[in-house]
Amino acid sequence: MKEKTVNELVLEEIGIVSKIVGEETIKRRLLDLGLIEGTSIKPVLISPSGDPRAFEFRGSLIAIRKEDAKNIKVK
Amino acid sequence: MNFFMSKKEKISIRQKETKRKSSYTIALAGNPNVGKSTIFNNLTGMNQHTGNWTGKTVANATGYFEYRGEIYKLVDIPGTYSIMSHSEEEEIARNYICFGNPDATVVVVDATSLERNLNLVLQITEITDNLIICVNLLDEAKKKKITIDLEALSNILKVPVVGVIARKKKTLNNLLKCMRTVCKEKEKIDKIYQIQYQENIEKAINQVKEIIMEQYSIEEKLARWISIKVLDGEVRILKEIEKQLHIELINHIEIDKVKKEALETLEKEGIYPKEFKEKMVSTIVKDAEKIGKKVCQFENKDYASKDRKIDKILTSKKYGIPIMILFLLLIFWITIVGANYPSQFLFSLFGNIQEKLIEFATYIHCPEWLSNMLILGVYQTLTWVISVMLPPMAIFFPLFTILEDLGYLPRIAFNMDGFFKKACCSGKQMITMCMGFGCNSCGVTGCRIIDSPRERLIAILTNNLVPCNGRFPFLITIATIFIAGTIEGIASSIISTIAVMGVIILGIMMTLIISKILSKTILKGMSSSFVLELPPYRKPQFLKVLVRSIFDRTIFILGRAIAVAAPAGLVIWLFANIGIQGESLLTIIANFLDPLANLMGLDGYILTAFILGIPANEIVLPIILMCYMQGTSLVNMEDTFAIGEILRQNGWTILTAINVMLFTVFHFPCATTLLTIKKETGSWKWTAISFLIPTACGIVFCMLTSLVYHIFVV
Repeated sequence: MKEKTVNELVLEEIGIVSKIVGEETIKRRLLDLGLIEGTSIKPVLISPSGDPRAFEFRGSLIAIRKEDAKNIKVK
Repeated sequence: MNFFMSKKEKISIRQKETKRKSSYTIALAGNPNVGKSTIFNNLTGMNQHTGNWTGKTVANATGYFEYRGEIYKLVDIPGTYSIMSHSEEEEIARNYICFGNPDATVVVVDATSLERNLNLVLQITEITDNLIICVNLLDEAKKKKITIDLEALSNILKVPVVGVIARKKKTLNNLLKCMRTVCKEKEKIDKIYQIQYQENIEKAINQVKEIIMEQYSIEEKLARWISIKVLDGEVRILKEIEKQLHIELINHIEIDKVKKEALETLEKEGIYPKEFKEKMVSTIVKDAEKIGKKVCQFENKDYASKDRKIDKILTSKKYGIPIMILFLLLIFWITIVGANYPSQFLFSLFGNIQEKLIEFATYIHCPEWLSNMLILGVYQTLTWVISVMLPPMAIFFPLFTILEDLGYLPRIAFNMDGFFKKACCSGKQMITMCMGFGCNSCGVTGCRIIDSPRERLIAILTNNLVPCNGRFPFLITIATIFIAGTIEGIASSIISTIAVMGVIILGIMMTLIISKILSKTILKGMSSSFVLELPPYRKPQFLKVLVRSIFDRTIFILGRAIAVAAPAGLVIWLFANIGIQGESLLTIIANFLDPLANLMGLDGYILTAFILGIPANEIVLPIILMCYMQGTSLVNMEDTFAIGEILRQNGWTILTAINVMLFTVFHFPCATTLLTIKKETGSWKWTAISFLIPTACGIVFCMLTSLVYHIFVV
């Protein structure tokens, strides 16, 4: 399957994290939240202003802005 | 800047330290929002503010408790998801666990999301053996039909595990027993769980570990952890280790040589330094996942579905923002209406005492000027401030904390983040702004929740652009008299509400605009990353801890207000009573300010009242009335109609009313807020800027409306 970012998932569509890219600080923060290869992630909420979206993974709900979420590649 | 936020706490801690000598020290660690502070409060009886949104632990809070004849020192360290990166909280937490030498570290974990919490637990196992895992929120887990095998968890990690429901004090008994055992039998602890990285990484770690142990006498566990950090190349952590242990790592020739060799070998095997970190983190997360799967059972896979349903409504495009506004309006309404009665009660209470005081002063033949100065000046202003400030705060803060406890505040930040991103700021600023509606001083303190120092400072500087509880009644009074005055019945209250809403919305817009301007000028920078947890909804803890902590907050703010009100009372009295050639100082100043005031569509007395009203916005109207009525002390009038008559007689028009409303929203912060800003930023410069920004806005707005009014109307 072609690699895409988590931003391309529609609401309720499950993706499997394949890679975290990007600048060190944000990469580290995402990793710390448990976003490693193989983690399943699902966008479930969208802010009324369109951004950020809230993602469900590892049993928690985390809001991430588009520009940060683009670093999360999924299969 | 951050040091200043913790200064007060640190000082108070030191005092307690000298008071008592403890036998054992216990660190309390955990993710944010897992109930660490509740455990802390229940054990120590201290009122550490709970909740991650307004008073989160930025420094280590310390408390003491006695158990079976021994005194324990409990250190509440900041809640973090990890201790591997270099955010401020993580640094404080890591340093304490590593170098604070606690006899035991209790890691509080959330039973409803054990897996993610185990990530932190595993990271801590790399540092210390004296660990206790405290699984909290078992009741919430039960509700979501999650069962956790505590025994299995204990067997896997080889550390004691206790289950508790922190808000029920009784359940903490097991934890106490466990703490005692671990502290007393430190030496007997078995080798606890150790994270195994992939083979070649383990080899590299061992190489570095050996050279470190050769060079310095450090025990194996610590040496292993240091080796990982050496390979990781995190300079900040390494420097801290060097400082704390008085060793050299970064510039140590032999260690550096071994490190380079080890990294080269890894590189040959396809692991580049950049990926090293990722591999380490992944191993830990995967381990946590594995363990989590073994000990947790989800009978109901869809345990979060109810929360999601609520979330879908509260953050929906259609209803999200209207519901938010409704919630806030409801809180303000309850606060303003509810505060009336206790305020009246306090007024009459203090009024009766005042009469007694005057009688007493006459009885002891106190000179009239002195008794007037002290009673009508200092005492009256002081009690006035208490009467008008205490009730609304005592109502607003508990209500706000209920929203906080429910877990709704992060949703507000989520809803509004888009707007704040455009202003290069954080959505969390919205929460501090909401607090500002209650009290700007609290809003400023609340800015601690914003991680980026730049965004935090912007939030502090702009907080005063929304009106607080102290300004609402004044806005409403003016709107009722002048804007809705000609209309009768319900329509009148609707129009005055719209007018008040209008200036508030203007305030919110200005917050965004000024934030943007600051981001482009003196506080240049892009909006930092925004990662925000939306925690599960929880039933608020109405009782004890909550109410007490709220009263703490209220009384704390009130204390600051009183400190300013007393001298201000004296000044106001002097200004009204001392005069040159029959003109009071007040009038002289008002005349001096008149030209500027006229340009702003106000008069000199109004401006003087705002300046003298700096201890509390609530006394601005009483000062204005005092001036107009040629009185010598503050004037309390309940009758809106009568107030309107006086104001009209003194030349107020619709323009004056609009400008007074504008200036009420946009003017310098009250003295309490200024003091708080100084405390939080630690800088007079930023305090001055926070003074100038809203004032400049107010002057410009008032001049503009006057100009427009004079061109088009008169």
